[in-house]
Amino acid sequence: MFVSYKWLAQYVDLAGQSPQELAEKITRAGIEVEGVEIPASEMKNIVVGYVKTREQHPNADKLSKCLVDVGEEEPVQIICGAKNVDAGQYVAVAKTGAVLPGNFKIKRAKLRGEESNGMICSLSELGIESRLTPKEYAEGIFNFPNDVTPGEDALAALNRDDAILELSLTPNRSDALSMMGVAYEVAAILDRDVNLPAPNPAESDEKASDAIHIHIDAPKDNPIYIARVVKNIKMGPSPIWMQTYLMNAGVRPHNNVVDITNYVLMEYGQPLHAFDLDRLGSNEIVVRRAVEGEKLITLDDTERILSADQLVITNGKEPVALAGVMGGANSEVHDGTVNVLIESAYFDGQIVRAASKAHGLRSEASARFEKGVDPARIQAACDRAAELMVELASGTVLSGSVVAGELAIEPKRVSITLEKLNMRLGTDLQMGDVEDIFRRLQFETETKDNEITVTVPTRRADIMIPEDLTEEVARLYGYDHIPLTLPEGATQPGSLTSYQLGRRVVRRYLEGTGFNQAMTYSLTSAKRASEFALEHRAPVALSMPMSEERAYLRQSLIPHLIEAAAYNNARQMPSVALYETGSIYLNEGENVQPKEEERLAGIITGMWHEHLWQGEKKAVDFFTVKGIVEGLAAQIGLAERMTFQKAAPAGFHPGRTAEVLLDSESIGFVGQLHPTISKEMDIKEAYLFELKLDVLLNASREDLAYMAISRHPFISRDIALVVDSTVEAAALEAVIKQAGGALLTGVRVFDVYEGERMEEGKKSVAFALTYADPEKTLTDEEVTAVHEKVLAALKEQAGADLRA
Amino acid sequence: MEQQLKELQNQALEQIAAAANLKELNDVRVAYLGKKGPVTEVLKGMGKLSAEERPKMGALVNVVRETISESIEEKQELLEAAAIEQKLAQESIDVTLPGRPVKQGGHHPLTRVAEEIEDLFIGMGYTVAEGPEVEQDFYNFEALNLPKDHPARDMQDTFYITPELLMRTHTSPVQVRTMQKHEGRGPVKIICPGKVYRRDSDDATHSHQFAQIEGLVVGENIRMSDLKGTLDMFAKKMFGEDREIRLRPSFFPFTEPSVEVDVSCMCGGKGCSICKGTGWIEVLGAGMVHPNVLEMAGFDSNKYTGFAFGMGQERIAMLKYGIDDIRHFYTNDLRFLKQFSVHE
Ligand SMILES: [Zn+2]
Repeated sequence: MFVSYKWLAQYVDLAGQSPQELAEKITRAGIEVEGVEIPASEMKNIVVGYVKTREQHPNADKLSKCLVDVGEEEPVQIICGAKNVDAGQYVAVAKTGAVLPGNFKIKRAKLRGEESNGMICSLSELGIESRLTPKEYAEGIFNFPNDVTPGEDALAALNRDDAILELSLTPNRSDALSMMGVAYEVAAILDRDVNLPAPNPAESDEKASDAIHIHIDAPKDNPIYIARVVKNIKMGPSPIWMQTYLMNAGVRPHNNVVDITNYVLMEYGQPLHAFDLDRLGSNEIVVRRAVEGEKLITLDDTERILSADQLVITNGKEPVALAGVMGGANSEVHDGTVNVLIESAYFDGQIVRAASKAHGLRSEASARFEKGVDPARIQAACDRAAELMVELASGTVLSGSVVAGELAIEPKRVSITLEKLNMRLGTDLQMGDVEDIFRRLQFETETKDNEITVTVPTRRADIMIPEDLTEEVARLYGYDHIPLTLPEGATQPGSLTSYQLGRRVVRRYLEGTGFNQAMTYSLTSAKRASEFALEHRAPVALSMPMSEERAYLRQSLIPHLIEAAAYNNARQMPSVALYETGSIYLNEGENVQPKEEERLAGIITGMWHEHLWQGEKKAVDFFTVKGIVEGLAAQIGLAERMTFQKAAPAGFHPGRTAEVLLDSESIGFVGQLHPTISKEMDIKEAYLFELKLDVLLNASREDLAYMAISRHPFISRDIALVVDSTVEAAALEAVIKQAGGALLTGVRVFDVYEGERMEEGKKSVAFALTYADPEKTLTDEEVTAVHEKVLAALKEQAGADLRA
Repeated sequence: MEQQLKELQNQALEQIAAAANLKELNDVRVAYLGKKGPVTEVLKGMGKLSAEERPKMGALVNVVRETISESIEEKQELLEAAAIEQKLAQESIDVTLPGRPVKQGGHHPLTRVAEEIEDLFIGMGYTVAEGPEVEQDFYNFEALNLPKDHPARDMQDTFYITPELLMRTHTSPVQVRTMQKHEGRGPVKIICPGKVYRRDSDDATHSHQFAQIEGLVVGENIRMSDLKGTLDMFAKKMFGEDREIRLRPSFFPFTEPSVEVDVSCMCGGKGCSICKGTGWIEVLGAGMVHPNVLEMAGFDSNKYTGFAFGMGQERIAMLKYGIDDIRHFYTNDLRFLKQFSVHE
C-alpha cells in the first residue's frame, strides 16, 4: 500500500510530522513502513510552460521548434522530439540547469543547428513508471489541464513533491488498505482527530429504482449489492490532483468516471465498479454463479471461460462482470458514456480469491474482497462516488440507492480485566491509561469493576479476543515501556539428552580426525534419491517441486557429499574430508509420514598425511576410513560390538567395501567409492562411510567403570601363519580368541605378506599374541600349554601352518 | 726418589692438561698408572729402601697416584661434556621448518551458531527438543492457528508431498508436539533447532532449505516482559554486552501479540551498511502464544500463558561472522568451512 502524505493530510492534521518521522512512528506502532519516497527530491528547476508557437524544425523531420512561455520576460526556444507537442499546450519544462531523475542535467544545446533552452518533459522523464502514466501521454509529453500558470513549479502541480510512504501490511491489518484506515491509525498514534468525508450527493427527482432492478441469486456469495445511477455524465480526464494522487498510490488514471471509482477504492477500501448503463443491455442486474463453460470478455480484452464456482454479475441474460475481480468489456465505460451505474457490494472473500487465482487476475479490488471489506462503508463509498461524479463529471444522481440483500453492521464487543492485561504484558497500567488508548483508536469502551469492554468498529475485523486488546494497548503504550523481566517460579536445570550429547561427541571426534562438517540439501533428484540407499524403497516425492534437481527426499547422505567433494576437487583442493549428520527419509506408504532416520556419513579423498619436506606422503585408503569408523566406535564405547564383513553394495568398490555390523545388526557400509562413479564425478580415489547414527547413539552402553591395572607381567608370543589367500584375518583372529580363552589378553595383526616368496594362492599373516593372568605371574609352561592349543586350533579350523 | 716422583707427577699433570680427547687421556692413564707405568716402576724399586723409608715412600707414591688419577677424572668429565656438546652441535636442525601437520576439522558455522544458542538457553533451564522434518499439515499449520484457508499460509510457501504431508516450513510443529506431550501441565521450556523448507528460489538471501531455532516457554504467569527480558539476555550474550533490543509490533498467526525483534547494530546506532543506516538489525520474530494454540495443544489458556520466539540460524551466522551470501552455507567449499575450525 502506497500512502500519499498530502492525501493523508486531508484526514489527519500532520503538522509538525515530517514524512520520515511519521514513517518511524507508524512502523513502531505496528505497520512497517518500508520506505519513504519523495520523487521531487531528485529533480529541480522544472516549471509549467505554455507552448506559444510550434513549427517544424528546419533541418529535422521528427523535431519541433517551440516558443515556450516559462513565466519569464521572454519566451524560450525549445526543440522537442515528441509527436504530440503543439501550440496552446501547458507542459512541464525542465529549464536549462534543471536536474531530472538519475542526475540527468539539462544544459543549453544546439540541435541540428537550432538552439534549445530546456526540455519539454514526458511523465516518465519526471520519474513516473510508464505502467502508471495515462495512456494518452504514455508515448509523448504530458499536457496540464488549463488550471496552471506558466512559471509555477511543475513538480508541485504534479504532486511530485509529495512523500509516498510504502506500507508493508501483515495479513491481519487489511484495515490499512485504505486511506481512511491509515488515517485512523495515524490519528491514534499522534492522538489527533480524524476528519473524514461525509458524502451527501445532490439527487434529482428521478428515482434510481425506476432505472434499475437488482436481484441476488447467490446471497451467500453476495449478501449485499448497492447501486446508484448517475446520468448525463460528461466524460473527460479527471482533475490533475486526482490523477496524481492515483499515480502516487500506484493506480493508472483513465478517465473521470473510472478514476473516481479507483479514488474511492483507495479512500474507503471499498472496491466499486462503474457500468455504462446504456450498454448493459437491460435494466436489471442479476448476481449468480456462472454456468460451467460460460464466457466473458473482460476489460483487458481477454476471453474468460467461467466455471460454476465463480460469481458473475449479469444483465439477466449474460455476464457483464466477474464479481469482485474484473468488469466485462461489453459494459465498459468509454468516451461516449452518458449514464453510469455504480456498483458497491460485498463479495465473499473465498469466491473472489478462487476466481482471481483461476484467471490469474489480481487487482486492487480482488485483494480487498479477499480480506473482507468493511460492511459499514459499502453505502458511504457508493455515495461518495456519486457525489464526485456530480462534482467532476457534471453528472446527475438519481434519487436513492437500489439495494438488494442485507448485511448487518455488528461491531464486536471484547472484554478484558485490568489485572489480566497487566499480567499478560508485565506492566502496571491504570484503567485510565487503557481507556485513553482506546479513545485514541476511536473504540467505544465501558468500564465496570476493573473490566473494560471495548466495542470494536467493523473496520477492525482483526480484533476478536482479549489478547487482541492487549496488543492494541501494548503497541500504542509502546513496547519500549514494557520492563525487562525473566520468568518467575521454580526452574529445573536444562540439559542435553544423552542422544544429543552423543551426537556432539561424534561430531567432535570426526573433526579431531580432520573432517569438516558439511551441510547438504535434503531435497534431491530422482537419481540421487535412490543412490546409496541402505534400503530399497521408492523415494518420497514432492507433489509440486520447483525443479527436477529438488524433487525427492534423500535416502542417503552420500550422493551430495560426493558432489561436495567433486566441487572442492575441481577448485584445487585435492584432499577433502567431509562428514555430515542428518536425516534421511524412508517411504512408509501413501499419506503416511515418512520414517526419518539420522545418519552419519563421510567422504575422504586425496592425502591422509602429507609432510612434504620430510618426504612423507600417505594417500587415503580403505584402512584410513575403516580406522576412523573403528575409532568412532571406541569413542562411544561400542568397539567390542562393532564388526566388519566383506560386502559389495551398489556404488562401492566390490573388493574394498565392508558392511558394518553392530552386534548382528547391519548399520551401514565403509568402503571405496566405485571407480566408475569416481571417474564420472571427476574425483580422485575416494572412500566413504555411512552409518545409522540413531542406532549407534541409542545402543545401550554399560556405565564406565575402572578396572585395576594388572601388577603381573604379560608374555608375548608372535606367530606367522601360512594360509590360503582367501582366508580373512578376522576368521583367524576369531579362532585364536576362542582357543586362547581367558589367558589370551591381546591379538594384533602385525604383518601380512603375499608375493614371490609365498607359494601361489597362499599368504602369510603374522599375529602378536599376549597372555596374562590378572591374579598371578604366568609361567612359561602355562603359556606354552595355551599357545599350543591356539596353534592346533588354527591348523584344524583354518588350515593355518606356522611359517617356516 | 722423592724428587723422581715429583717430576713424574708434574710430567703427568702436564700431559693430562694437554690431552685433547678421551683417547689421549686414556693413553696418559695407561702410561702413568698402568702396570708398566713409571709409578708402578717406582713401587717396584721400593724393595731397595730401608724399613723406615718404605712406608713414608709408599704414602708418597699413593699421593702421587691419587693426584694423577683425580686429575684424569676431572679432565675426563671435561672432555666428555665437550664430546656431548660437539655431538649435539652436529644434531642441530632448522627449527623454522614446518612441523608435522595434525589434522583438525571443524563445525559447520550453522552448527556452531546452533550449539552456542542451545548452550546459552540450556544455561537458563531449557531443554533441546527435536522433531520430524516431514510434517503433517495439522502440526505445521492447523495446530498453530493456521486453518486450511488462512491467507497467511501464503506467507510460507510450502513444499507439499500430499495434501496432508509437507516439508515443515518452521520448527514450530516441534513446539506443538512438545506441548502435547506435557498433557496440559506446565512449565514447558524448550529450544528447538532444525532444518526447514520453503518454496523459494535459491539466491544470495533466499534458500529453499534453511535452519531455524525457536524457543517456547509455557507456564503460569508468563508475561510479555519475560519475553523481552529473555531476548535481551540472548542478544547480549550472543552479540555483546553493549547490545540492546527493540520490539516492533507484527503479526504471526500463532502468537498474539506478535513482535519483530531488532538488535542494536554494532555500529552503535551511527548507521552503517549492515543496518541500512537505521542503527537496528531485524533478528527474530516472537510473541505471546496465541490462546488457540495453547488450547489445541491441550493447555488451559486461562491458567497458562507462554511466549515463543524464532530466528534463522543463517541470519545469526551471517550477522555474527559477516557472511554475505546464504548459499555459502550449502556449497561446502572447504575454503569457507575451514574458517570455522578456529575456536573463538
Ligand atoms: Zn549499523
